[in-house]
Amino acid sequence: MRSTVRIAAISAAIVAVAATSTAAFAQKKYDTGASDTEIKVGNIIPYSGPASAYGVIGKTEEAYFKMINDRGGINGRKVNFVSYDDAYSPPKAVEQVRKLVESDEVLLVFNPLGTPSNTAIQKYLNSKKIPQLFVATGATKWNDPKNFPWTMGWQPSYQSEAQIYAKWLMKEKPDAKVAILYQNDDFGKDYLKGTKDGFGAKAASSIIMEESYEISEPSIDSHIVKIKAANPDVLLIYTTPKFGAQTIKKTAELGWKPLQIITNVSASVGSVMQPAGFDNAQGVLSAAYAKDGADPQWANDPNMKKWAEFLDKYMPGADKTDGGYVYGYGAAQTLAKVLEMCGDDLTRANVMKQAASLKDFTPDTLLPGVKINTSATDFAPIAQLQMQRFKGQKWELFGDIISGDVPSE
Amino acid sequence: MSAAEEIVTEAPAVEAVPKRAMTLGYGTSLVVLAALILIPLFVKNFIIFQMTMLLIYALAVMALNILTGGSGQFSLGQSAFYAVGAYTSAILMEHAGMNYALTLPIAGIVCFGFGFLFGQPALRLSGVYLALATFALATAMPQLLKLGYFEHWTGGVQGLVVTKPDAPFGLPMSQDMWLYYFTLAVSIGIYLASVNLLRSRSGRAFMAIRDNEIAASAMGVDVALYKTLAFGVSAGITGVAGGLGAIAVQFVAPDGYTIQLAISLFLGMVVGGVGWLPGSIVGSAFIIFVPNIAEGISKGLSGAVFGVLLFLVIFLVPHGARQIAIIAQQLAAKFKKN
Repeated sequence: MRSTVRIAAISAAIVAVAATSTAAFAQKKYDTGASDTEIKVGNIIPYSGPASAYGVIGKTEEAYFKMINDRGGINGRKVNFVSYDDAYSPPKAVEQVRKLVESDEVLLVFNPLGTPSNTAIQKYLNSKKIPQLFVATGATKWNDPKNFPWTMGWQPSYQSEAQIYAKWLMKEKPDAKVAILYQNDDFGKDYLKGTKDGFGAKAASSIIMEESYEISEPSIDSHIVKIKAANPDVLLIYTTPKFGAQTIKKTAELGWKPLQIITNVSASVGSVMQPAGFDNAQGVLSAAYAKDGADPQWANDPNMKKWAEFLDKYMPGADKTDGGYVYGYGAAQTLAKVLEMCGDDLTRANVMKQAASLKDFTPDTLLPGVKINTSATDFAPIAQLQMQRFKGQKWELFGDIISGDVPSE
Repeated sequence: MSAAEEIVTEAPAVEAVPKRAMTLGYGTSLVVLAALILIPLFVKNFIIFQMTMLLIYALAVMALNILTGGSGQFSLGQSAFYAVGAYTSAILMEHAGMNYALTLPIAGIVCFGFGFLFGQPALRLSGVYLALATFALATAMPQLLKLGYFEHWTGGVQGLVVTKPDAPFGLPMSQDMWLYYFTLAVSIGIYLASVNLLRSRSGRAFMAIRDNEIAASAMGVDVALYKTLAFGVSAGITGVAGGLGAIAVQFVAPDGYTIQLAISLFLGMVVGGVGWLPGSIVGSAFIIFVPNIAEGISKGLSGAVFGVLLFLVIFLVPHGARQIAIIAQQLAAKFKKN
């Protein structure tokens, strides 16, 4: 034990010496927002308004960079994390991002949240050649390096998730009669497209019904009854959490037992499975890419221990069942990795170059085997998920890690 | 008549404002105008962008001011008119390839028609009931914009990205600065037209209706026509503001035009002083900058801090910026005497 510590210490020292010596030779290059002592990172997130529950992501990222700074920063530079509230309103998002860029003069904008807000700022940031890095939305359009070389996603896109379900079904249940219930907006339609692409030529014969609902509908019971009448044996539930819970509950009430697959977005134990009733939710399938902070199977996982220690020290009192803490930690860690790879060349172009050269990077919070890979033509960092089945009161992972890369359009 | 009804009918909608008190003196107007023209030459693009938004929201607040301060009708549905204007401009620019400047009058006319039509059923309502009816319009609008039937044009939830215009004739100006001066010119035009409208026969009819509907009708004012006309004019100006907003922000999406916006505009009107047109710009400044100040004080409690600031304003100067202007005027007069 002691010898490993000593070896580690020596190698660390060697690395440190090597790092300083190369630093001395390497040309230091900076764009606005970076200097010898500081890297300025901008962020917008809804701290108020209808989507304020996501505000926890911004707070986690702020705390994460505080931890990095307490440990000496990145390559000796402190991260100055400036985060503003956009209240999930696109005009406000534009105002706040312009403030970040033109008034605070940040090096890059990191993890802005929400599809509408990101769409609103994408053109502006790309025309100014400022990285819009690791956007917090699952829409597929962020992976478009040809038209938007300064925008990059982070989490798996809805389409790649849907492809994974289709691939899994083709392998495990090749003769399935599939019905799809989807929300009639970009979110639901992304899933629908991904499923069809995943089935490929078999789409027409496998999918026997596509039923959509409006987010404004108070209840979707009538849709479930309609789907049941068509008698499919697989039900794909492409809904947001509230409707996911309703669907699982209603199918159970009807005494109907199709194989159900629910979106990762609606896989929350606390806000979907529990309200739907644990008895009703047994055997429901979904897919995941990150570890669940409340799941006891990770209690002894060294990486999740780091996460828990971080929360205890920097965000005492945090509710570990809230996925936002896991998400924010993972995203912040990815950015820290990119900035570290940038070395002393902290130009915006190099930030994008390094962000597009992540190889098998694994943040602490991702499932074992899920790796972040990017390239000049692949701006979708996480594209892998693992299937999971609901059993008892929690999700159980099964099968291999499946990749669902969606080619850029 | 029950007691409750009595209260409702007797509650005066808006305190009467004499028409001369609705505007600024020439001297002050020129100073404000000079400031608005000169400041952008010395500040960063981001500040210019904020000032553009200031003018745009000031236009929308002023539109509401004409409706409420002028004709005494309440509206919590201004966000809907703003959205219609924004979408009209955006759709014409992006799908029809029309010049941005030409889309604004069209946005104004479309919204005028929309407001005029909405004014018809609204005729039967007054006071809080009218406020509720317009509130319904504001809540319905974002969902209507998401409807599948219109999605081909509106872009659904995704919204539409709008191209920002360059300065014409090769003027050596940034896009932001050009857009600011363009907005300023439009705003001044609309402001002058509004002031003249309120000083005209129609304006007097508006105010007569506001002060006493029965008396106005006895004097031969066509109450129904002028009430709907006030709605139309207000909606038309809001529509132009919405169109300008779409060009400045370069993006329209249903989430940008929620009831939150309508309430902000209402707030801006109250803070600026109901019935005092120059107050609109103060009200607009309040709704743009105070939330940022509140966020600067406390990120987690920004809403609460904003509430406290708003409460202070309403408590200390209940008539908004107009009250401050009057106090300043009195002080100035005293100073002159001495």
